[in-house]
Amino acid sequence: MSNNLVTVAYIAASVLFILSLSGLSHQDTAKRGNWLGMLGMAIAFLATALLCQGYPIQASAIGLGLFVGVVAAARVAMTAMPEMVAFLNSFVGLAAVLVGFAEYLQPSTALGGMDATLHRIEIYAGVFIGMVTFTGSMVAVGKLQAILPSRSVLLPARHILTIAMLVAMVAFAFPFLSATGSEGLVPLGVLTTLAGIFGIVIVMAIGGADMAVVISLLNSYSGLASAAAGFMLNNDLLIITGALVGSSGAILSYIMCKGMNRSFINVLLGGFGEGASNPGQRAGSAEQATATNASEVVDLLEAAQSVVIVPGYGMAVAQAQHAVAEITQILRTQGKQVRFGIHPVAGRMPGHMNVLLAEANVPYDIVLEMDEINDDFPKTDVVLVIGANDTVNPIAQEDPTSPIAGMPVMEVWRAETVVVVKRSLSPGYAGVDNPLFYRDNTLMFFGDAKANINGVLAQLSDQVGRPVATAALSAA
Amino acid sequence: MTLTVSPTVATDLAPEAASRALKVGIPKEIFAGERRVAATPDTAKKLQKLGFEIFLETQAGAAASFSDRAYEQVGCHILPDAPSLWQTVDIVLKVRPPQWYAEFEAHEADWLQPDSTLVSFIWPTQNGELMERLAQRGSTVLAMDAVPRISRAQKLDALSSMANIAGYRAVIEAANQFGRCFTGQITAAGKTPPAKILIIGAGVAGLAAIGAARGLGAIVKAFDTRPAVKEQVQSMGAEFLELHFQEDGTGTGGYAKVMSQAFIAAEMALFAQQAQEVDIIITTALIPGKPAPLLITRDMVETMKPGSVVVDLAAEQGGNCEVTQPGEIITHQGVTIIGLTDLPSRMAAQASQLYGNNLYHLLSDLGGSQHFEVNLEDEVIRGTTVIYQGQILGPPPQSEATAPAATETVTPPTAPAPAHSRGLGGRVLGLLTLALIFVALGLWAPESFLTHFTVFVLASFLGWKVIWDVTPALHTPLMSVTNAISGIIIIGGMLQISGDLTAPTTMLGALALFLGTVNIAGGFMVSQRMLNMFHR
Repeated sequence: MSNNLVTVAYIAASVLFILSLSGLSHQDTAKRGNWLGMLGMAIAFLATALLCQGYPIQASAIGLGLFVGVVAAARVAMTAMPEMVAFLNSFVGLAAVLVGFAEYLQPSTALGGMDATLHRIEIYAGVFIGMVTFTGSMVAVGKLQAILPSRSVLLPARHILTIAMLVAMVAFAFPFLSATGSEGLVPLGVLTTLAGIFGIVIVMAIGGADMAVVISLLNSYSGLASAAAGFMLNNDLLIITGALVGSSGAILSYIMCKGMNRSFINVLLGGFGEGASNPGQRAGSAEQATATNASEVVDLLEAAQSVVIVPGYGMAVAQAQHAVAEITQILRTQGKQVRFGIHPVAGRMPGHMNVLLAEANVPYDIVLEMDEINDDFPKTDVVLVIGANDTVNPIAQEDPTSPIAGMPVMEVWRAETVVVVKRSLSPGYAGVDNPLFYRDNTLMFFGDAKANINGVLAQLSDQVGRPVATAALSAA
Repeated sequence: MTLTVSPTVATDLAPEAASRALKVGIPKEIFAGERRVAATPDTAKKLQKLGFEIFLETQAGAAASFSDRAYEQVGCHILPDAPSLWQTVDIVLKVRPPQWYAEFEAHEADWLQPDSTLVSFIWPTQNGELMERLAQRGSTVLAMDAVPRISRAQKLDALSSMANIAGYRAVIEAANQFGRCFTGQITAAGKTPPAKILIIGAGVAGLAAIGAARGLGAIVKAFDTRPAVKEQVQSMGAEFLELHFQEDGTGTGGYAKVMSQAFIAAEMALFAQQAQEVDIIITTALIPGKPAPLLITRDMVETMKPGSVVVDLAAEQGGNCEVTQPGEIITHQGVTIIGLTDLPSRMAAQASQLYGNNLYHLLSDLGGSQHFEVNLEDEVIRGTTVIYQGQILGPPPQSEATAPAATETVTPPTAPAPAHSRGLGGRVLGLLTLALIFVALGLWAPESFLTHFTVFVLASFLGWKVIWDVTPALHTPLMSVTNAISGIIIIGGMLQISGDLTAPTTMLGALALFLGTVNIAGGFMVSQRMLNMFHR
């Protein structure tokens, strides 16, 4: 098998990967995109398989990997997608570390002078990125699974600690570069440990709702880890793929940050709301909020012509999306316009709400982005806010001193009536009280999202059930 | 119901213990033609939930189509006449201000018990004599017309809820007098042009009128001196008429203020021109504490087409139209002028329900039966209370809050600049660093590295362009697909594996291969699973 043939195969794979990602630009072409990605992967794999040796080991590693991957993919709940993605990120990171070590131990290529030094630098950088990705992702999984505290955990003097670790890692590069034989393993091991701790410290400092940014960022890092491996191995396919994944993750993090009107640095430094130790005065007392119940909400929905549902992470936590979808279906059969409005940072990863709603059989063409629906709120009769808080907080537009000032928000308060399904009046992640709850066109539907929505669904289907039954009788 | 024991015990210890349920009385309205009632069976039930005991004068709700039986069914007590009702209860809820009751040769106010509370429309500035009479009784009086017009008090704002009904009814009355259809049609028998309606004053009543008139299919134009309401008028589907004249007429409390001479002249010219064009004019202009401004002169009425209608919602305050006769429907040179002052009362059932809800919210804010207290520290309660334990209270000091119903949805202040816009210096520094790195690379990096570097930079840019096209709805599948393709790192693992099982590179490579395969299989599979869910 000639090397040129492999190179051509790699070019084909690169093109297929690019087509795969561009296929994801729309729902209609997305599935084809996924297939193209698989095809690209198969081509790259086959071409590489012709070059390498040790087939029994290869086959068993691949077999085991396939088994684990398929089982995990088939079993994972859609609400746990952020964890799944974080897990997969961490695997890429760890694989990059392993490849880095193996490449160091591989005595094969005889490089001299500048080339050798550069090769060492590539390994060093690759192991660093890989390890940060690995431990950072594992911490993210722990936080999402609530094994670790999801609030931001700040070490004392952590900025000094972080800088000290960075300096130490750079310092250990010098003995590594000048080492001969396997003695470079010591500084490389020190680097691995430090980078691991570095990843943990960084992600521990980031609080719950910022996880979306972190996961996107780690996604980007996993791409960079692949690219670094490509540099080590002189493999353009790895570089291209890594660069694609790297920019994808970077764009997603950028979108997330814009959705919260915060800078990358601000998110990475952690502790949202720490800066504003005074979380702002209460916008009102509990008496000023108007509470409501299921039957009133049903009456409102019955009377409404256009309804917008704004889900947040609370809906995912309560697993209320199926009941929400059924209500949507009932209202739509009554000829009402029902749409969903999704804030860019709703949920724990980009696009999370869309996947949950798709799983619950909500047609994607009624699920709109914030910018698409914000202008329509004044023409909307009822807005149902389910488990969202900061993303519907009018204070972001009204109070320039608020910690969330300037954050783009869903302007639900412009609608005729807003029903907020929420456990209590407590502030959301940003620690800012929400004056929406005390507005006169806002009704608070207190309680568990799932229980409340099921209550509404039960009454709604009761009322719908009767006329349908009589219609069936008269038809018979 | 086991809890009934505790009130008894309390009564034993202290006969006037606070746990006694307060009695709320609803008399029959005696103002001529008044059909409203201060509580409907529905709001009476809500009041009982606050712990009140409800007493009604017999037939109190009859004119609003609520029978005594309906009230009894929700647990209200019916009393045979007005004096016994006034003397039984602790709190009286009324619609119209107390007045002379010819049948009993007594004034309602004189029945008011000391220490009791009256809640009603009072109009204290116009009814000085009544205020004196009420004050002599030593009781507390809350005027529903004095509720401060701030956001928090909107649920008690009876003026708004009544104005809403009046605006709707104004359109209905106009339609009743107007000889044509509101909606334009093309029928076999010929074409009917749509009615053109001008609504002056886009407050609560004006907006309700716009909604009703649009609903009937008319072409609606509206005028208001407050530019802020333009958006609301347009959102209701009406055209907002503008003067090319810069003056903001926003006053306090959701009303307009008196405008300058020049402005009024321009305004009158506009109305004169519109009068010739439109079929129906509905005026709702009121300035607090002043007689209603004169907007439609006799001359303008005379230039209107025969069969046109003017509805003057300000009739009670003297009228916006020069020829209005308060309380009457008259015809002036072929134009019908409706000066009815009882529009809410003409929709008694609806008006009573809304007014009853306003009263319910007020009594709820006053603490319900258990903790009933007229707390003068509360801005809303203070504003509403006109007599406190026999003492007449002047209007409260004006608060600066101008967040009335009408102007509440003004566009918010523009958001501050994004937090992460860096200074020019930062940018220059960044560019310089980048340039230095490139120079250093060019000087010292070996050629093979530069080739790879080229590929990396180009691929990054390509990725940047391609990914921006991805619809946000697919961001989660995007991440799982990128997870899968970054599993391409298996290539690295595969190339490290040699036939030698014990070699450390083989073991490391095999592990990397395993992890990468999990990514590929898991990433593609889960993406496919997700993408299968998306459907139209």
